[in-house]
Amino acid sequence: MKSFEKKSPWILHYDATSCNGCDIEVLASLTPRYDIERFGMVNTGNPKHADVFLITGSVNAQSLPVVRRLYSQMLEPKVVVAVGICANSGGVFRDCYNVLGGVDKAIPVDVYVPGCAARPESIIDGVERALDILEKKAKMLHDGRLQELQEMDKLPPMPDFSAKKEAVV
Amino acid sequence: MSKTLTAVLAGIAYVIFAPLLGGLLTGLDRKITAHVQRRKGPPVLQPFYDVFKLLGKENASINSAQDFYVGIFLLFTILSGIFFFTGGDILMVMLTATLAGVCLVVAAYSSNSPFSQMGAERELMQDMSYEPMLLVTAIGFYLVTGSFRVEKIISGPRVNIAFLPGIFIGLCFALIIKFRKSPFDISMSHEAHQEIVQGVVTEFSGPMLAMVQLAHWYENVVLFGIVALFFVWDAPWSFLLGLACCAGVFILGIVIDNSCARVKWQHMLRSSWIMTLAAGCVNLLVLMAMR
Repeated sequence: MKSFEKKSPWILHYDATSCNGCDIEVLASLTPRYDIERFGMVNTGNPKHADVFLITGSVNAQSLPVVRRLYSQMLEPKVVVAVGICANSGGVFRDCYNVLGGVDKAIPVDVYVPGCAARPESIIDGVERALDILEKKAKMLHDGRLQELQEMDKLPPMPDFSAKKEAVV
Repeated sequence: MSKTLTAVLAGIAYVIFAPLLGGLLTGLDRKITAHVQRRKGPPVLQPFYDVFKLLGKENASINSAQDFYVGIFLLFTILSGIFFFTGGDILMVMLTATLAGVCLVVAAYSSNSPFSQMGAERELMQDMSYEPMLLVTAIGFYLVTGSFRVEKIISGPRVNIAFLPGIFIGLCFALIIKFRKSPFDISMSHEAHQEIVQGVVTEFSGPMLAMVQLAHWYENVVLFGIVALFFVWDAPWSFLLGLACCAGVFILGIVIDNSCARVKWQHMLRSSWIMTLAAGCVNLLVLMAMR
Protein backbone atom coordinates (compact mmCIF):
# COMPACT_ATOMS: atom_id res chain seq x y z
CA MET A 1 0.00 0.00 0.00
CA LYS A 2 1.22 3.50 -0.84
CA SER A 3 1.87 5.91 2.02
CA PHE A 4 -0.49 8.86 2.52
CA GLU A 5 2.27 11.27 1.49
CA LYS A 6 2.31 9.68 -1.95
CA LYS A 7 -1.45 9.72 -2.27
CA SER A 8 -1.95 13.37 -1.47
CA PRO A 9 0.87 15.62 -2.69
CA TRP A 10 -0.10 19.29 -2.57
CA ILE A 11 1.80 21.48 -4.97
CA LEU A 12 3.12 25.01 -4.71
CA HIS A 13 3.98 26.50 -8.08
CA TYR A 14 6.25 29.54 -8.35
CA ASP A 15 7.42 31.33 -11.49
CA ALA A 16 11.03 32.42 -10.85
CA THR A 17 11.67 34.58 -13.95
CA SER A 18 10.28 32.05 -16.40
CA CYS A 19 9.14 33.06 -19.90
CA ASN A 20 5.73 31.53 -18.91
CA GLY A 21 6.15 28.64 -21.35
CA CYS A 22 6.67 26.11 -18.55
CA ASP A 23 4.03 27.81 -16.36
CA ILE A 24 1.43 27.29 -19.04
CA GLU A 25 2.41 23.62 -19.22
CA VAL A 26 2.18 23.32 -15.41
CA LEU A 27 -1.32 24.77 -15.52
CA ALA A 28 -2.16 22.59 -18.51
CA SER A 29 -1.59 19.55 -16.31
CA LEU A 30 -4.51 20.75 -14.14
CA THR A 31 -6.89 20.79 -17.10
CA PRO A 32 -9.31 17.96 -17.99
CA ARG A 33 -6.87 16.44 -20.51
CA TYR A 34 -4.11 15.71 -17.97
CA ASP A 35 -6.08 16.21 -14.70
CA ILE A 36 -3.41 15.77 -12.02
CA GLU A 37 -6.12 15.79 -9.35
CA ARG A 38 -6.72 12.11 -10.14
CA PHE A 39 -3.40 11.47 -8.33
CA GLY A 40 -4.65 13.57 -5.42
CA MET A 41 -2.43 16.49 -6.43
CA VAL A 42 -3.82 19.92 -5.62
CA ASN A 43 -2.39 23.30 -6.57
CA THR A 44 -2.47 25.01 -3.16
CA GLY A 45 -0.73 28.36 -3.67
CA ASN A 46 0.22 28.31 0.02
CA PRO A 47 3.76 27.23 1.10
CA LYS A 48 2.49 26.18 4.54
CA HIS A 49 0.16 23.58 3.01
CA ALA A 50 2.39 22.38 0.17
CA ASP A 51 4.53 19.22 -0.02
CA VAL A 52 5.98 19.69 -3.51
CA PHE A 53 7.59 22.94 -4.66
CA LEU A 54 7.44 23.31 -8.48
CA ILE A 55 9.74 26.03 -9.76
CA THR A 56 10.00 27.25 -13.33
CA GLY A 57 12.51 29.76 -14.66
CA SER A 58 16.17 30.61 -14.21
CA VAL A 59 15.99 32.58 -10.91
CA ASN A 60 17.35 36.13 -11.00
CA ALA A 61 18.41 38.62 -8.34
CA GLN A 62 14.79 39.71 -7.81
CA SER A 63 13.17 36.30 -7.48
CA LEU A 64 16.01 34.72 -5.48
CA PRO A 65 14.91 35.94 -2.01
CA VAL A 66 11.30 34.96 -2.79
CA VAL A 67 12.31 31.42 -3.79
CA ARG A 68 14.36 31.04 -0.61
CA ARG A 69 11.60 32.40 1.61
CA LEU A 70 8.89 30.21 0.06
CA TYR A 71 11.14 27.17 0.47
CA SER A 72 11.90 27.92 4.11
CA GLN A 73 8.17 28.42 4.85
CA MET A 74 7.35 24.91 3.68
CA LEU A 75 7.11 22.25 6.38
CA GLU A 76 8.88 18.88 6.38
CA PRO A 77 8.64 16.55 4.55
CA LYS A 78 9.10 18.63 1.39
CA VAL A 79 10.59 18.16 -2.07
CA VAL A 80 11.59 20.54 -4.85
CA VAL A 81 11.04 19.93 -8.56
CA ALA A 82 12.84 22.22 -11.04
CA VAL A 83 10.71 22.36 -14.20
CA GLY A 84 12.20 23.30 -17.57
CA ILE A 85 15.77 23.75 -18.76
CA CYS A 86 16.03 27.31 -17.32
CA ALA A 87 15.25 25.99 -13.84
CA ASN A 88 17.72 23.13 -14.37
CA SER A 89 20.74 25.13 -15.52
CA GLY A 90 19.74 28.62 -16.63
CA GLY A 91 19.25 27.49 -20.24
CA VAL A 92 20.00 30.09 -22.91
CA PHE A 93 19.89 32.82 -20.25
CA ARG A 94 22.68 31.34 -18.12
CA ASP A 95 25.26 34.02 -19.06
CA CYS A 96 22.99 37.02 -18.39
CA TYR A 97 24.39 39.29 -15.67
CA ASN A 98 21.29 39.05 -13.44
CA VAL A 99 20.57 35.34 -13.89
CA LEU A 100 21.59 32.86 -11.23
CA GLY A 101 21.39 29.90 -13.62
CA GLY A 102 19.53 27.03 -12.03
CA VAL A 103 17.28 26.69 -9.02
CA ASP A 104 19.81 24.37 -7.30
CA LYS A 105 22.10 27.36 -6.65
CA ALA A 106 19.33 28.94 -4.54
CA ILE A 107 17.74 25.96 -2.75
CA PRO A 108 18.27 22.16 -2.67
CA VAL A 109 16.56 20.49 -5.66
CA ASP A 110 15.36 16.86 -5.66
CA VAL A 111 14.15 16.30 -9.23
CA TYR A 112 15.09 17.98 -12.52
CA VAL A 113 12.51 18.00 -15.33
CA PRO A 114 14.17 19.03 -18.63
CA GLY A 115 12.43 20.50 -21.67
CA CYS A 116 11.74 23.85 -23.28
CA ALA A 117 8.95 23.99 -22.47
CA ALA A 118 8.64 20.86 -20.30
CA ARG A 119 5.66 18.76 -21.45
CA PRO A 120 2.79 18.13 -19.03
CA GLU A 121 3.54 14.38 -19.23
CA SER A 122 7.13 14.93 -18.12
CA ILE A 123 6.04 17.35 -15.37
CA ILE A 124 3.63 14.75 -13.99
CA ASP A 125 6.37 12.10 -14.27
CA GLY A 126 8.80 14.41 -12.47
CA VAL A 127 6.38 14.95 -9.60
CA GLU A 128 5.74 11.18 -9.40
CA ARG A 129 9.51 10.61 -9.03
CA ALA A 130 9.69 13.38 -6.44
CA LEU A 131 7.03 11.51 -4.47
CA ASP A 132 9.42 8.56 -3.94
CA ILE A 133 11.86 11.00 -2.32
CA LEU A 134 8.98 12.58 -0.36
CA GLU A 135 8.04 9.16 0.98
CA LYS A 136 11.62 8.53 2.15
CA LYS A 137 11.70 11.93 3.86
CA ALA A 138 8.32 11.26 5.50
CA LYS A 139 9.69 7.98 6.83
CA MET A 140 12.66 9.84 8.34
CA LEU A 141 10.23 12.28 10.01
CA HIS A 142 8.10 9.46 11.41
CA ASP A 143 11.24 7.80 12.81
CA GLY A 144 11.86 10.98 14.79
CA ARG A 145 14.82 12.12 12.67
CA LEU A 146 13.47 15.66 12.13
CA GLN A 147 16.81 17.35 12.94
CA GLU A 148 18.65 15.19 10.43
CA LEU A 149 15.98 15.96 7.83
CA GLN A 150 16.17 19.70 8.45
CA GLU A 151 19.96 19.51 8.16
CA MET A 152 19.54 17.73 4.80
CA ASP A 153 17.05 20.31 3.49
CA LYS A 154 18.71 23.42 4.87
CA LEU A 155 19.27 26.48 2.67
CA PRO A 156 22.70 26.79 0.99
CA PRO A 157 24.57 30.10 1.55
CA MET A 158 23.13 33.11 -0.29
CA PRO A 159 24.59 33.17 -3.83
CA ASP A 160 26.70 36.16 -4.85
CA PHE A 161 26.15 37.99 -8.15
CA SER A 162 29.11 40.38 -7.89
CA ALA A 163 31.62 38.25 -9.79
CA LYS A 164 29.17 37.84 -12.67
CA LYS A 165 28.41 41.57 -12.83
CA GLU A 166 32.12 42.46 -12.93
CA ALA A 167 32.73 39.99 -15.75
CA VAL A 168 30.05 41.76 -17.83
CA VAL A 169 31.31 45.26 -17.04
CA MET B 1 -34.97 0.70 25.27
CA SER B 2 -35.18 3.79 27.42
CA LYS B 3 -35.09 7.28 25.91
CA THR B 4 -31.85 8.25 27.65
CA LEU B 5 -30.02 5.19 26.37
CA THR B 6 -31.15 5.90 22.79
CA ALA B 7 -29.93 9.48 23.12
CA VAL B 8 -26.54 8.40 24.49
CA LEU B 9 -26.12 5.81 21.70
CA ALA B 10 -27.05 8.44 19.08
CA GLY B 11 -24.46 10.81 20.56
CA ILE B 12 -21.72 8.16 20.51
CA ALA B 13 -22.64 7.12 16.97
CA TYR B 14 -22.39 10.77 15.90
CA VAL B 15 -18.90 11.24 17.39
CA ILE B 16 -17.62 8.06 15.68
CA PHE B 17 -19.41 8.07 12.33
CA ALA B 18 -19.85 11.78 11.52
CA PRO B 19 -16.23 12.27 10.36
CA LEU B 20 -16.49 9.15 8.18
CA LEU B 21 -19.72 10.38 6.61
CA GLY B 22 -18.47 13.97 6.32
CA GLY B 23 -15.22 12.87 4.65
CA LEU B 24 -17.08 10.60 2.27
CA LEU B 25 -19.42 13.46 1.30
CA THR B 26 -16.42 15.71 0.64
CA GLY B 27 -14.88 12.97 -1.51
CA LEU B 28 -18.11 12.52 -3.46
CA ASP B 29 -18.31 16.28 -3.88
CA ARG B 30 -14.81 16.40 -5.40
CA LYS B 31 -15.54 13.42 -7.65
CA ILE B 32 -18.84 14.83 -8.93
CA THR B 33 -17.29 18.28 -9.41
CA ALA B 34 -14.51 16.65 -11.46
CA HIS B 35 -17.06 14.84 -13.64
CA VAL B 36 -19.01 18.09 -14.14
CA GLN B 37 -15.75 19.59 -15.45
CA ARG B 38 -15.13 16.48 -17.60
CA ARG B 39 -12.20 15.35 -15.46
CA LYS B 40 -11.65 11.95 -13.91
CA GLY B 41 -11.17 13.36 -10.44
CA PRO B 42 -9.51 12.02 -7.30
CA PRO B 43 -10.55 8.77 -5.56
CA VAL B 44 -13.62 9.12 -3.33
CA LEU B 45 -11.44 8.46 -0.27
CA GLN B 46 -9.06 11.31 -1.18
CA PRO B 47 -10.13 13.62 1.73
CA PHE B 48 -9.11 10.89 4.19
CA TYR B 49 -5.69 10.52 2.51
CA ASP B 50 -5.28 14.31 2.76
CA VAL B 51 -6.12 14.38 6.47
CA PHE B 52 -3.84 11.44 7.31
CA LYS B 53 -1.02 13.07 5.36
CA LEU B 54 -1.56 16.37 7.20
CA LEU B 55 -1.45 14.54 10.54
CA GLY B 56 1.95 13.11 9.56
CA LYS B 57 3.49 16.47 8.68
CA GLU B 58 5.88 18.51 10.80
CA ASN B 59 3.99 20.30 13.57
CA ALA B 60 4.57 24.03 13.51
CA SER B 61 2.17 26.71 14.67
CA ILE B 62 2.51 30.48 14.75
CA ASN B 63 1.77 30.73 18.49
CA SER B 64 0.22 28.68 21.26
CA ALA B 65 -3.03 30.71 21.21
CA GLN B 66 -3.65 29.40 17.69
CA ASP B 67 -3.37 25.76 18.83
CA PHE B 68 -5.78 26.46 21.68
CA TYR B 69 -8.44 28.15 19.56
CA VAL B 70 -8.32 25.55 16.80
CA GLY B 71 -8.74 22.87 19.48
CA ILE B 72 -11.74 24.73 20.94
CA PHE B 73 -13.18 25.13 17.43
CA LEU B 74 -13.12 21.37 16.93
CA LEU B 75 -14.41 20.67 20.46
CA PHE B 76 -17.40 23.02 20.25
CA THR B 77 -18.28 21.83 16.76
CA ILE B 78 -18.43 18.25 18.04
CA LEU B 79 -20.38 19.44 21.10
CA SER B 80 -23.02 21.19 18.97
CA GLY B 81 -23.45 17.95 17.02
CA ILE B 82 -23.84 15.98 20.25
CA PHE B 83 -26.59 18.38 21.38
CA PHE B 84 -28.31 17.87 18.04
CA PHE B 85 -28.14 14.08 17.80
CA THR B 86 -29.10 13.47 21.43
CA GLY B 87 -32.33 15.34 20.68
CA GLY B 88 -31.36 18.49 22.58
CA ASP B 89 -32.28 22.13 22.17
CA ILE B 90 -31.81 23.41 18.61
CA LEU B 91 -31.01 26.93 19.87
CA MET B 92 -28.20 25.39 21.93
CA VAL B 93 -26.92 23.60 18.81
CA MET B 94 -26.81 26.84 16.83
CA LEU B 95 -25.25 28.94 19.60
CA THR B 96 -22.51 26.35 20.24
CA ALA B 97 -21.79 26.22 16.51
CA THR B 98 -21.54 30.03 16.48
CA LEU B 99 -19.08 29.96 19.38
CA ALA B 100 -17.00 27.42 17.43
CA GLY B 101 -17.08 29.69 14.38
CA VAL B 102 -15.87 32.63 16.45
CA CYS B 103 -12.98 30.52 17.77
CA LEU B 104 -11.88 29.85 14.18
CA VAL B 105 -11.93 33.59 13.48
CA VAL B 106 -9.89 34.33 16.62
CA ALA B 107 -7.38 31.62 15.65
CA ALA B 108 -6.97 33.26 12.25
CA TYR B 109 -6.66 36.73 13.84
CA SER B 110 -3.90 35.49 16.18
CA SER B 111 -1.31 35.63 13.38
CA ASN B 112 -0.03 38.81 11.76
CA SER B 113 -0.33 37.42 8.24
CA PRO B 114 -2.42 39.82 6.13
CA PHE B 115 -4.03 36.89 4.27
CA SER B 116 -5.09 35.25 7.49
CA GLN B 117 -6.45 38.55 8.85
CA MET B 118 -8.38 39.26 5.68
CA GLY B 119 -9.74 35.71 5.75
CA ALA B 120 -10.85 36.22 9.35
CA GLU B 121 -12.66 39.45 8.45
CA ARG B 122 -14.40 37.75 5.55
CA GLU B 123 -15.30 34.81 7.79
CA LEU B 124 -16.98 37.25 10.19
CA MET B 125 -18.96 38.64 7.25
CA GLN B 126 -20.05 35.10 6.40
CA ASP B 127 -21.11 34.51 10.02
CA MET B 128 -23.15 37.72 9.90
CA SER B 129 -24.79 36.61 6.67
CA TYR B 130 -26.03 33.16 7.68
CA GLU B 131 -26.58 33.59 11.42
CA PRO B 132 -29.99 35.42 11.22
CA MET B 133 -31.36 32.72 8.92
CA LEU B 134 -30.36 29.95 11.36
CA LEU B 135 -32.18 31.74 14.21
CA VAL B 136 -35.27 32.25 12.04
CA THR B 137 -35.19 28.51 11.29
CA ALA B 138 -35.14 27.66 15.01
CA ILE B 139 -38.07 30.04 15.68
CA GLY B 140 -39.95 28.53 12.74
CA PHE B 141 -39.62 25.03 14.21
CA TYR B 142 -40.86 26.37 17.55
CA LEU B 143 -43.95 27.95 16.00
CA VAL B 144 -44.86 24.71 14.20
CA THR B 145 -44.08 22.13 16.90
CA GLY B 146 -44.24 24.19 20.11
CA SER B 147 -40.74 23.17 21.18
CA PHE B 148 -37.11 23.95 20.46
CA ARG B 149 -36.09 20.39 21.31
CA VAL B 150 -35.00 18.25 18.35
CA GLU B 151 -36.72 15.13 19.73
CA LYS B 152 -40.06 17.03 19.78
CA ILE B 153 -39.50 18.56 16.34
CA ILE B 154 -39.03 15.14 14.70
CA SER B 155 -41.95 13.50 16.50
CA GLY B 156 -44.70 15.97 15.57
CA PRO B 157 -47.92 14.74 13.93
CA ARG B 158 -47.36 16.75 10.73
CA VAL B 159 -44.49 17.22 8.26
CA ASN B 160 -42.66 20.47 9.06
CA ILE B 161 -41.89 21.46 5.46
CA ALA B 162 -45.62 21.98 4.78
CA PHE B 163 -45.55 24.93 7.19
CA LEU B 164 -42.00 26.13 6.57
CA PRO B 165 -41.42 26.25 2.79
CA GLY B 166 -40.06 29.81 2.85
CA ILE B 167 -37.73 29.08 5.74
CA PHE B 168 -36.46 25.95 3.96
CA ILE B 169 -35.57 27.99 0.86
CA GLY B 170 -33.89 30.62 3.02
CA LEU B 171 -31.95 27.95 4.91
CA CYS B 172 -30.71 26.36 1.67
CA PHE B 173 -29.37 29.80 0.73
CA ALA B 174 -27.60 30.09 4.09
CA LEU B 175 -26.23 26.55 3.72
CA ILE B 176 -24.32 27.53 0.57
CA ILE B 177 -22.44 30.02 2.75
CA LYS B 178 -22.03 27.44 5.53
CA PHE B 179 -20.68 24.78 3.16
CA ARG B 180 -18.21 27.34 1.72
CA LYS B 181 -19.45 26.89 -1.83
CA SER B 182 -19.29 29.34 -4.72
CA PRO B 183 -20.67 32.02 -5.02
CA PHE B 184 -20.16 32.56 -1.27
CA ASP B 185 -16.74 30.95 -0.64
CA ILE B 186 -15.16 34.30 0.08
CA SER B 187 -13.27 33.53 3.29
CA MET B 188 -11.62 30.25 2.30
CA SER B 189 -11.51 29.05 -1.24
CA HIS B 190 -9.52 26.50 -3.17
CA GLU B 191 -9.61 28.80 -6.18
CA ALA B 192 -8.77 32.22 -4.71
CA HIS B 193 -4.95 31.91 -4.44
CA GLN B 194 -4.31 35.20 -6.16
CA GLU B 195 -6.32 37.35 -3.76
CA ILE B 196 -6.32 35.70 -0.33
CA VAL B 197 -4.05 32.60 -0.65
CA GLN B 198 -6.19 30.30 1.54
CA GLY B 199 -8.01 32.91 3.66
CA VAL B 200 -8.72 31.86 7.25
CA VAL B 201 -6.68 28.68 7.01
CA THR B 202 -3.58 30.29 5.43
CA GLU B 203 -1.56 30.09 8.66
CA PHE B 204 -2.76 26.66 9.78
CA SER B 205 -0.54 23.80 8.71
CA GLY B 206 -0.07 20.07 9.19
CA PRO B 207 -2.05 18.55 12.09
CA MET B 208 -3.79 21.89 12.82
CA LEU B 209 -5.20 22.00 9.30
CA ALA B 210 -6.31 18.39 9.69
CA MET B 211 -8.26 19.41 12.81
CA VAL B 212 -9.98 22.26 10.96
CA GLN B 213 -10.88 19.83 8.18
CA LEU B 214 -12.27 17.34 10.69
CA ALA B 215 -14.37 20.07 12.33
CA HIS B 216 -15.87 20.95 8.94
CA TRP B 217 -16.89 17.33 8.42
CA TYR B 218 -18.62 17.24 11.81
CA GLU B 219 -20.29 20.56 11.02
CA ASN B 220 -21.56 19.41 7.62
CA VAL B 221 -23.25 16.35 9.15
CA VAL B 222 -25.12 18.57 11.63
CA LEU B 223 -26.19 20.91 8.83
CA PHE B 224 -27.59 18.00 6.84
CA GLY B 225 -29.32 16.94 10.05
CA ILE B 226 -31.05 20.32 10.21
CA VAL B 227 -32.17 19.88 6.58
CA ALA B 228 -33.63 16.48 7.52
CA LEU B 229 -35.65 18.05 10.39
CA PHE B 230 -37.94 19.63 7.78
CA PHE B 231 -38.97 16.24 6.39
CA VAL B 232 -39.17 14.01 9.45
CA TRP B 233 -42.33 13.54 11.51
CA ASP B 234 -43.55 10.62 13.66
CA ALA B 235 -43.91 8.20 10.72
CA PRO B 236 -40.86 5.88 10.89
CA TRP B 237 -40.29 5.82 7.12
CA SER B 238 -40.00 9.62 7.00
CA PHE B 239 -36.30 9.24 7.92
CA LEU B 240 -35.78 7.91 4.38
CA LEU B 241 -37.52 10.99 3.00
CA GLY B 242 -35.21 13.13 5.14
CA LEU B 243 -32.12 11.31 3.77
CA ALA B 244 -33.35 11.67 0.18
CA CYS B 245 -33.90 15.40 0.64
CA CYS B 246 -30.41 15.79 2.18
CA ALA B 247 -29.01 14.10 -0.95
CA GLY B 248 -31.03 16.54 -3.07
CA VAL B 249 -29.62 19.56 -1.20
CA PHE B 250 -26.09 18.08 -1.55
CA ILE B 251 -26.45 17.75 -5.33
CA LEU B 252 -28.01 21.22 -5.59
CA GLY B 253 -25.01 22.64 -3.70
CA ILE B 254 -22.56 21.06 -6.15
CA VAL B 255 -24.50 22.35 -9.17
CA ILE B 256 -24.57 25.90 -7.75
CA ASP B 257 -20.87 25.64 -6.80
CA ASN B 258 -19.92 24.76 -10.36
CA SER B 259 -22.09 27.32 -12.10
CA CYS B 260 -21.36 30.45 -10.10
CA ALA B 261 -18.43 32.85 -9.73
CA ARG B 262 -17.40 34.21 -6.34
CA VAL B 263 -19.20 37.44 -5.34
CA LYS B 264 -18.08 40.40 -3.25
CA TRP B 265 -18.88 40.34 0.46
CA GLN B 266 -21.30 43.28 0.09
CA HIS B 267 -23.32 41.26 -2.40
CA MET B 268 -23.30 38.21 -0.14
CA LEU B 269 -24.43 40.15 2.94
CA ARG B 270 -27.17 41.99 1.05
CA SER B 271 -28.57 38.98 -0.77
CA SER B 272 -28.54 36.69 2.27
CA TRP B 273 -30.30 39.26 4.48
CA ILE B 274 -32.86 39.99 1.76
CA MET B 275 -33.42 36.24 1.50
CA THR B 276 -33.80 35.98 5.29
CA LEU B 277 -36.40 38.77 5.28
CA ALA B 278 -38.26 37.77 2.12
CA ALA B 279 -38.36 34.00 2.63
CA GLY B 280 -37.73 33.49 6.35
CA CYS B 281 -39.48 36.37 8.12
CA VAL B 282 -42.52 36.36 5.80
CA ASN B 283 -42.92 32.64 6.55
CA LEU B 284 -42.71 33.42 10.27
CA LEU B 285 -45.37 36.15 10.02
CA VAL B 286 -47.73 33.81 8.20
CA LEU B 287 -47.19 31.15 10.89
CA MET B 288 -47.89 33.70 13.64
CA ALA B 289 -51.08 34.81 11.88
CA MET B 290 -52.22 31.16 11.61
CA ARG B 291 -51.83 30.50 15.34
